[in-house]
Formats: sequence, C-alpha cells, structure tokens
Amino acid sequence: MSETQEIQGKVKAFVLREFLDGEDPAALGPETRLFTTGILDSIATLKLVAFLEKEFDITIEAHEADAQNLDTLVDIARLVASKR
Amino acid sequence: MGLHDVLIRSAARTPDRVAVREPSGRAITYRALEALSDRLRDRLVALGVRRGDRVAIHVPKSIDAVAAIFAVLECGAAYVPLDPTAPATRNGFIAADCSVRVLIVEAGARTAMLAEMERLGITPAVITLEGTGGGDALGATLERLQAEGAAPAAATVDAAPDDLAYILYTSGSTGKPKGVMLSHRNATSFVDWCSRTFAPVESDVFSSHAPFHFDLSILDLYTPLAHGATLVLIPEDTGKEPLALAELIARERITVWYSTPSILSLLVQYGRLEARDCASIRAVLFAGEVFPIVHLRALKAAWPAPRYYNLYGPTETNVCTWFEVPATIPPGRVEPFPIGRVCSHLEGVVVDERGDDVPAGQEGQLCIRGPGVTRGYWNLAEQTARAFLERRDGRWYRTGDLVLEEPGGDLRFVGRNDRMVKKRGFRVELGEIEAGLYRHPAVREAAVVALPDRGDGLVVRAHLVTRDGQRLSIIELKTFCASLLPKYMIPDAFRFHPELPKTSTDKTDYQRLLQME
Repeated sequence: MSETQEIQGKVKAFVLREFLDGEDPAALGPETRLFTTGILDSIATLKLVAFLEKEFDITIEAHEADAQNLDTLVDIARLVASKR
Repeated sequence: MGLHDVLIRSAARTPDRVAVREPSGRAITYRALEALSDRLRDRLVALGVRRGDRVAIHVPKSIDAVAAIFAVLECGAAYVPLDPTAPATRNGFIAADCSVRVLIVEAGARTAMLAEMERLGITPAVITLEGTGGGDALGATLERLQAEGAAPAAATVDAAPDDLAYILYTSGSTGKPKGVMLSHRNATSFVDWCSRTFAPVESDVFSSHAPFHFDLSILDLYTPLAHGATLVLIPEDTGKEPLALAELIARERITVWYSTPSILSLLVQYGRLEARDCASIRAVLFAGEVFPIVHLRALKAAWPAPRYYNLYGPTETNVCTWFEVPATIPPGRVEPFPIGRVCSHLEGVVVDERGDDVPAGQEGQLCIRGPGVTRGYWNLAEQTARAFLERRDGRWYRTGDLVLEEPGGDLRFVGRNDRMVKKRGFRVELGEIEAGLYRHPAVREAAVVALPDRGDGLVVRAHLVTRDGQRLSIIELKTFCASLLPKYMIPDAFRFHPELPKTSTDKTDYQRLLQME
C-alpha cells in the first residue's frame, strides 16, 4: 500500500466513524467534496485537524486548515504527506 | 432619533477617528463612512427606494456592507441582511417574502439570487458589487452607476420611532423562515441600554463576530459607532477558526468582545490562548445559548482581567436579561450561571399556562414588554398574535423560554416549551429541518430531535422512513440539506426506520425518539 493510500484509509475511517455514522463506506470516495458541499462543518474541521496532528504527528497551521485544503480525502492525504 | 443618527452624530463629533476596520488592514473614518453611505442613499432613492420600503443586503461582512446598512436606514427603509453562506433558495424566499425594492448583492451570488427571485415572481432593482473590502467595491460600483446616469442628492429621512429599521429572519417551525420586524425605537432603546451598561469610550475597539443577519450584530454595530469607538469586522470564515481568531484579538487589541459561547468554547479549546497577548480585553459578552461552566472557567483562567456578562434574549426583544459573572467562579459550581435580571429599559413577568404570574421560585414562561420588543413577524398576523400574551396590564412577548426566579432575584433558564433549539447560538426550529427533509423525493416520514452531546453541545439527529425502505446515503442527504438549509441546520446524524414510533393519538412520539440510539 502506498503512503497516500495508507493516509487516505486512516482518514476515511475517521471521517466515517466521527461524522458519517451509518454511511456505506463505498459512498465516500477519494474525490468526494466534504467541506465545500456542507457535508462537514467548521467544528468537523477542528476535529479533523486535531486527529491529523495526533495520528500523523504533524502540525497544521491555521491558514492550512481551511476547506480548500481539506475538501477531499485526496487533498487531506496530500497535506499530510507534505508534512511527514 | 433614528438608528442612523448614531453615525451622523459621531461623524460630526469625531470625523477623523476610525469607525470600522477590517482585519485586512483596511479602515474607514466616520467622515468617509458617512460620505459613502450618503452616496449609496442617493443611488437607492434614484432606484425608487422610499420610506417604509425594504432593501436586501447580500454582501459578505465588510466596510461595504456597513455602508450599505446605513444607506438603507438613511432612506427611511428597512434593511434585510441575508446570510451570504445560506443557499439561494432560502435567501430568495426571504427577499420575496418581504418584497424588497432593491437587492444589493456581491457579484458571486448574483446569478443564483436573480434566478431564485424570478422563480418567485419578484424583480427588484439590483446593485452589484464586484468583490468587497474597504468600501472600495461599493465606491467603484457607485462611480460606474453615476457614469450611466446621475443620482441627484437626496435628503436623509428623519425616521419615526416606529418605522422599521431592519427585519431579521429566523428559523420558522413551518419550514419557512419568519421575519422579525424591528423598529428604530426597538434598536435605539437597546443601544442606549448597552451604552449605560458597558460605558463605551472612544478608545474602545469592539469585535463584530456575529453575522449581520444575527441579532448580536445590533450591539456590535451601533454601540461602538454611537461613541466614536472602532468596530473590527471579523469575516465569516475567520469567525470559525479559533487560531486565527485568537491572533486577530491580540493584533487588533480588541477591548470588548461579543459572541456566542460556542465560539468562546472553541477559542479556549483550540485557540492556543496562552500564546497570545489578549490583555486589551476589558469586557467579554456572550449570548445565544448556555455557556458550559467548564469552558467558561477555562476562559476566565486564560483571560483573568476582563468582566464577563451573560446576555440573554430572543431576536424579538434583543437582549432582555443580563448577568455579570462573578470575579471568581466557586470551585464546586457545575451548573451554568443564571440569565440574571431584566434589562432596565424592559419589564418582565414569569407566567403560568393561563398567563398569570407565578410565585417567585416557581417555573414559568418569561414574557417581556417595553420599547425593545418587536411588533411582530412580517406578514404573519396569526403567528404574531400567538407570540404575544394579552393581559389586563398590557401586551407581553412570550419568549417561549421557561425560567424560574432564584432566591437572590436572578432568573435561571430552565428550558423551552416548544421545538426550538440553539445550535451554536443559532435558533433552529426542528420543524424547519423536517420540512426540508420532506422535500427529498425518497423520504416518506421525517422526525428530527436534538440531544446533548459529549462536548456540552447539541447533536441534531434525523429519524427517517424512506419510500422503499432502503437506507439513503448520508453524504447524499447532507448535500441535499445543504441546498435548502443553512449549514448549522444540517442534521449531524441520520437513523432509518421501517416506521416511526407513534403516540396513542397517532402523532410522532418524540419522547421515544429521544431515547433511541
């Protein structure tokens, strides 16, 4: 499994567990837009960032934590990978 | 005295002081803000706006939006602030509901709003701003319009106290937002109370955290501007980012902060406040919901110097009771602080189901009257009548909030007598969410409940019965809701059932739904 796939997998499991309880995992694709569509809200952003920092031992700056940078699993994995 | 006299007087007294600042660094003096508002007033009058009309403002928080607000007031019209982050279906409904004469809109939202309004059969004149910031976009728009045809100078209208100043739309239980009508007297009596209570001075720097369609914005906008102080506008996106907010408070040297407890809770949990010098703050005001004591205690530890005020009141009265948090929170205290005493410009009674006063210490509904209280809802005579209690001693607004008077005379909030909840300080009628869900083609039955969550907030859970009995995608449902409802109304969780539990009278059994996992 590539690094990106591994990150995506962990983030996907977290998002499904925390914010999309009951969703079919197949419905959450790598390009599903989470924040700009209103599926996740600003509180979810904070929780997601806290999870990413802890899980991957990285620091995410305030300006990086906006909807554009974290909109899809691909975006999130890219940000995390760039920090490791 | 009209609400816009706040600006006119300060522009005469302190023309060169900064009235409004944006975090981008752009700022405008009182003199320039008045001049910009006057120019837009002239244009609005040229477009046919007259005393008593409504003008919708669909512009992100900016100096441009503040100038637009004052321009509408100077015309003697009422401004209708739309939520720039809400879907066009909702904003279009609001514009049509109160038949606005003019829509002032930021270019990005123009097409969707025009389509929605046309669908609803209204075609107001439109003023389009190409972007916002510093008042420059509004200035450029006015120049462009002037080149197309001059707008002669118009007089500022001397508003009567009962003229409408603004209409704030809140969640409606029938599925449609309802417009709370607020007059100049409603607003100025409240701003006068704020002036007496918080004693603003020219050197104060007030935060403007709440969006303009939210009633907290009335204190933010008019209290500092009445005293030659400075207002710092916090844009919608920064407003939800604790790290950026903490940085902003320190950099802008905010002296009076006002927001919902939710935001303060986020600041103290995620804002790394220990890394910021926020010593400029002298007063922290919060309103809109209960402040969990655990977060309030942490905030006071991080910011020990300021005084803390719990303000309470629905949009219909704006703040109607207030309580100053004691300097030291007793270590054993776990319950939230009371909402305090009725503000000096209003009167309050606590009544039973028949509308009679209950003895002190007994639970009852808080009712309010006085110059701050709305006359009612736009175009909703029946709902307006239901919202008021007519007694021999006059007409009282029923807040719908159950309270009881503590031995010391402070009122304690106990709960609601209906299905309205507060989500991050926003009023949410669970019935409006249900009405939204019923518009989904696959939904046969919908019932929405709100439960406390682990973090002292609220989880909104939708229970659904689908037409074919199949589960629906949560992602698809949330996306559907986002097309109809503001983000804070989108359910956090969904549950699917073959049928919903019913009471013996065949109504949805919400009590049982509350207990279901």
